[in-house]
Amino acid sequence: MKAIVTVSGKDTTGIIAAICTLLSENNVNILDISQTVMEEFFTMSMLVDTSKSEKGVAELASALDELGKKIGLVIHTQREDIFTLMHRV
Amino acid sequence: MLYNPKDIISTLDMIDNQHLDVRTITMGISLLDCCDEDIDKACKKVYEKICRKAQKLVETGEQIEREFGIPIVNKRISVTPIALVAAACKAESYVPFAVALDAAAKKCGVNFIGGFSALVNKGFTESDLKLINSIPEALAVTERVCSSVCVASTKSGINMDAVALMGEIIKKTADRTKSSGGFGCAKLVVFANAVEDNPFMAGAFHGVGEPECVINVGVSGPGVVHHALKSCKGEPFDVVAETIKKTAFKITRMGQLVAKEASERLGVPFGIVDLSLAPTPEKGDSVARILEEMGLESCGTHGTTAALALLNDAVKKGGVMASNHVGGLSGAFIPVSEDEGMIEAAKCGSLGLDKLEAMTCVCSVGLDMIAVPGNTPASTLSAIIADEAAIGVVNCKTTAVRIIPAPGRDVGDVVEFGGLLGSAPVMPVHPFSSDEFIARGGRIPAPMHSLKN
Repeated sequence: MKAIVTVSGKDTTGIIAAICTLLSENNVNILDISQTVMEEFFTMSMLVDTSKSEKGVAELASALDELGKKIGLVIHTQREDIFTLMHRV
Repeated sequence: MLYNPKDIISTLDMIDNQHLDVRTITMGISLLDCCDEDIDKACKKVYEKICRKAQKLVETGEQIEREFGIPIVNKRISVTPIALVAAACKAESYVPFAVALDAAAKKCGVNFIGGFSALVNKGFTESDLKLINSIPEALAVTERVCSSVCVASTKSGINMDAVALMGEIIKKTADRTKSSGGFGCAKLVVFANAVEDNPFMAGAFHGVGEPECVINVGVSGPGVVHHALKSCKGEPFDVVAETIKKTAFKITRMGQLVAKEASERLGVPFGIVDLSLAPTPEKGDSVARILEEMGLESCGTHGTTAALALLNDAVKKGGVMASNHVGGLSGAFIPVSEDEGMIEAAKCGSLGLDKLEAMTCVCSVGLDMIAVPGNTPASTLSAIIADEAAIGVVNCKTTAVRIIPAPGRDVGDVVEFGGLLGSAPVMPVHPFSSDEFIARGGRIPAPMHSLKN
């Protein structure tokens, strides 16, 4: 199952490292990343594959949400389908 | 990136800042197999069947919320009109059925259950009359049960005896729940052309043409439409309509996705997505504010009906392509107490009952969540219902009346219901009598264009 992870907040060092570590620990494969920093504001969206993970998307979402709170970022994790359906005819 | 980051951000923005949500997942359950001569046995069957079918409804809804990051505000249940289920019972009052429904709703964790209903568009069965006469007590002694009565249809005309009776029933219901401002009336809808697959409360019931069990979904999103329209200030209406269509498409796709997931996980067929813009009393989630965004100083002023007509049509056009089955009420809702902009407009005197009545000609429902003075005569309430029914019958559309004659309150007061039901400013009604009109009874014949065969 594929999911989109969206991260936003103030830029600091180690954001990607922290998130990728959590994903790798949970056997989640990163398929694509897009990242920008605008006036110290960090935004990143990742397409990830959760099919080999023991955790489902809902559990990963709450783990990432907790991590985000710890490092001062907002992290949303949602199944990919919502974006496909809303933005493609 | 396989997805445009802008699209991703726009979806998140809709959910986080523009109140985009799925308003309700409603499970429709047939209770036709619960009939019994013994009312206690029948009620037991009703309770057990609902609990069996809907035991996983709330849990499944919450799981979908977490996976997709979409808020699903309500999980609800609609059932076969109880007047049909109870017809075999030898009992004078159907209140025990309402109590059983209430208990089942609590057991399943849903906030409303609809279907304490009767369909009397052409006339009453004995059972219909028993049900209608049980409504005031049923709504007073239960918390989550919603009731509806269909008094008219394009095919059969208007049952004016039922219209007269419902005026009395609304008054009695208000009186039985006077300590909460007549709250019982907020759970009672009088319909013309009621639909069988409506997922929205208080008017939901599971029609006889429906399957054993079904999942219907109601979307929402006035905030998203309002936000989108801010980007086309001063543009011609062609642009406005196009913008609403595109937004409605996105909102509905989300509803369709949730409906499909819920139906698969629960092993229950998918019925319909209801393409409705349903407001809440929160700021930024108002249909009235969309109309004002089109250039009206305050909702209710001249131009409001045209603005609403455009909105309603564009929502349907955008939504219909996004879902494989569209149904329910589908259109913009204008419940006064549940819409922050409507509340303001009613308070400042810009929105009155007459304008609301005109607006119901071009949107999906009717006079909804309107508080009127507590001393309004039953015949005036009936006459208001008759007017709405006439609009529905002649225009081949659903109309409804959910009106609260708030006991002891007068124009200028505000009745607080709390939560999604909001607060209702008491609005004036015409002081001239409709007594003799309502006293006639009988049936207003179906219009010429009902003869389509």
